Amino acid sequence: MTETVIRSASQARRFSVDMRTLSPFIALIVLIIAGTLINPDFLTASNLLNVVTRSAFIAIIAVGATFVISGGGLDLSVGSMAALIAGAMILILNRMGGADVGTLAMGMGAALALGAVCGLANGLIVTFGRIEPFIVTLGTMGIFRSLVIWLAAGGTITLRNADLREIYRPAYFGTIAGIPVPILVFLVVAAIGAVLLYRTSFGRHVIAIGSNEDVARYSGVPIWRVRTLTYVIQGICVAIAVLVYVPRLGSATPTTGLLWELQAITAVVVGGTALRGGIGRIWGTVAGAVILELVANIMVLSNFVSEFLVGAVQGAIIIIAMLVQRSFQRGR
Amino acid sequence: MASVLRAEGISKSFGPIEVLKDISLDLQAGEVHAVIGENGAGKSTLMRILSGHLLPSQGALLLDGVPVRFSGPVEAEAQGIVLVHQEILLAEDLTVAENVFLGREIKRLGFVDDRTMRDKTRAILNDLGAVIDPDTHVRNLSIADRQLVQIARALLVPHRVVAFDEPTAVLTPVEAESLFAIIRKLREQNVAVLYISHRLNEVKAIADRVTVLRDGRLVTNRDIEGLEPLEMARLMVGRDMSKLYPEKPAGASADTVLAVRDFTVPGHVTRASFSLRRGEILGFGGLIGAGRTELFESLLGLRAGHGSITLHGASIRFKDAREAMAAGIVYLSEDRKGKGLLLQQNLRVNLTLAALEKFTRASLMDRGAEEGALDKAIQDFDIRARRRDMLAGQLSGGNQQKLLLAKMMLAEPQIVIIDEPTRGVDIGTKQQIYSFIASLAQEGRSVIVISSEMQELIGLCHRVLVMRNGQIAGEVEGNRLTEDAIVFLATGVHEERAAEIAAGHV
Repeated sequence: MTETVIRSASQARRFSVDMRTLSPFIALIVLIIAGTLINPDFLTASNLLNVVTRSAFIAIIAVGATFVISGGGLDLSVGSMAALIAGAMILILNRMGGADVGTLAMGMGAALALGAVCGLANGLIVTFGRIEPFIVTLGTMGIFRSLVIWLAAGGTITLRNADLREIYRPAYFGTIAGIPVPILVFLVVAAIGAVLLYRTSFGRHVIAIGSNEDVARYSGVPIWRVRTLTYVIQGICVAIAVLVYVPRLGSATPTTGLLWELQAITAVVVGGTALRGGIGRIWGTVAGAVILELVANIMVLSNFVSEFLVGAVQGAIIIIAMLVQRSFQRGR
Repeated sequence: MASVLRAEGISKSFGPIEVLKDISLDLQAGEVHAVIGENGAGKSTLMRILSGHLLPSQGALLLDGVPVRFSGPVEAEAQGIVLVHQEILLAEDLTVAENVFLGREIKRLGFVDDRTMRDKTRAILNDLGAVIDPDTHVRNLSIADRQLVQIARALLVPHRVVAFDEPTAVLTPVEAESLFAIIRKLREQNVAVLYISHRLNEVKAIADRVTVLRDGRLVTNRDIEGLEPLEMARLMVGRDMSKLYPEKPAGASADTVLAVRDFTVPGHVTRASFSLRRGEILGFGGLIGAGRTELFESLLGLRAGHGSITLHGASIRFKDAREAMAAGIVYLSEDRKGKGLLLQQNLRVNLTLAALEKFTRASLMDRGAEEGALDKAIQDFDIRARRRDMLAGQLSGGNQQKLLLAKMMLAEPQIVIIDEPTRGVDIGTKQQIYSFIASLAQEGRSVIVISSEMQELIGLCHRVLVMRNGQIAGEVEGNRLTEDAIVFLATGVHEERAAEIAAGHV
């Protein structure tokens, strides 16, 4: 290899078009064009807002998953954790019995705290127990899920107070300046996530640990703290998703959040984050979550494929995304 | 003599960048042909073209005088051209025999025939003069033994041309000597050997002919007769290299900066004691596995150990590398690729990783300050990167080491511990690194150099401590700082005797 000293920064910049970053957005545009061609009702504000609103839960969870995955970890427990937090929050609200904003705020606070604690548990077991995150979160996934079933005694946990339900309703159904609240929440979470991952030393540490844990350790990065924090962030994101989700149905069941972990991981990977760690893309994740919901929407609006096959198509998407990423890696 | 493999006017470009231009080389049966050049001179690219890993952009390869075009390494191997890679490429969880036959298992009735493979492995290892049990898991082998397994694997196929890519980079002098015995044996069997190395003394000792590359161009093909290492270095670098080592800085002040007493690392080091003065360059010599790396990793809190550490007169203990850095001590790992740099990240991310707090404003990263630091590092350390957004893994070994130095110096340490500072680094860069180390001491910092290259310790250090079997065997300084003295302390026997042991004449 012949190496010459770099001449100017501007010259270098031209090379830095990164397909890995762009591809989820290109896919998004292609899907929107395809949807428009298939059904004229697709490209309406109401349909698109509806699609993005529906993707909000997965997107919020997936922002957290971006931290865990780009730090070289994995969290399979998010779906069960969502169900547990939803169930526990409703039970707490029922127990307090009030029908005012204060009660609701305390319930929400409890949900966020529970999310943080669940994430902390995952993180501490992974770091201090030195166990593969796949195994740890497979275990906690089972634990969280069966705790919900136990709390619900196999049935449904419902928010009983109708007045409280009315106060809580806008968190899912409300709009601010014409934009549904879940979309706003999801944008705020993504923006905070992006700042945290791209602009803080914590974010840099996450990427360093995901790239090579030994190098990070030898460079004085506080491995255990950073890694545990990624799981805590994941837990808090799950709790935020739950806050938006609960008013939608007003209840939690043993099947709440089923397979959300797969959708979240799919969104993250489709968005360009490397499953082995070291590369994290928050806005890619956001695009990935919207892509999943768009595909489902287009399938419903078109008559080509049965909408019962949505899961199969989403499964195919993650495989295709990995193949695309692989081809970019070769190109480097 | 008959030419086996000939390269005629080979050029190779990657995109707009031409890394090789018009290289011709004639490899004959029964000769050891060394290819030397600085990092980035194109040695590895040439080697990969000759062994079928890459196709040349221009020019021709002739095997026995017939033009050939290899579709890949498999086809080259089928023609008897094998490459022994620089990196150890073995599956750690498989046994030696399984590794040797990986991908070409011997089968009987459709099932793998372990017994035959084991016997053949044993036979070929015996041929190489190695005593390694074919059933051992590679994980449990030393680096030197792994290298031998890798060579055994390469030599398993019928071979006419064997290429070694810096084979001694991870070997101690004694181990390197047994590798040379293997190479000489290959030569006797009329095999053509291509040999890439940075160590010019080795080239002088083993090679029959030398090809010198500089900046992707052929400088010369010469017989080794009358070609001395100093002249080789001049040809490689294009300038006079007689002053490889800088003047030793005027000397350490009397005050002790760091004192270590009775430090023990379980399984590696027993009761090591030493002290380091301000402005001193202190060397740590010994064989690989003597416990040098482990001692310092443990002192910095990177692995378990116990004993007393006194820094600037106060007793101290580090929980992790972060605390050590805060106290002004940095450690540059010998394992640059595994523990030093994030190979998949760009130069900027690598540079600032150990000192991120210096680049945060109001808890946000200051990208501009980072870019500024990168500009300065590229200037100060002469880091040669083709592009600014290159990944660290795409840099040559010498430039990686400079980047690692720049990264650790951002922590503004008072004590710098450098483990194998010039491993895998070409001679021109070596000179730069040596003078940088000397300037650190000149500035009043203290440096510890851990090295397996005795010349380096002698040329660079004020004082050298030698470790053997986890203990500090002794100290040499001043006039007594000789290769013989270090070998004696490192092995417990005098040099002639050590050579005998290596040659197996005991």
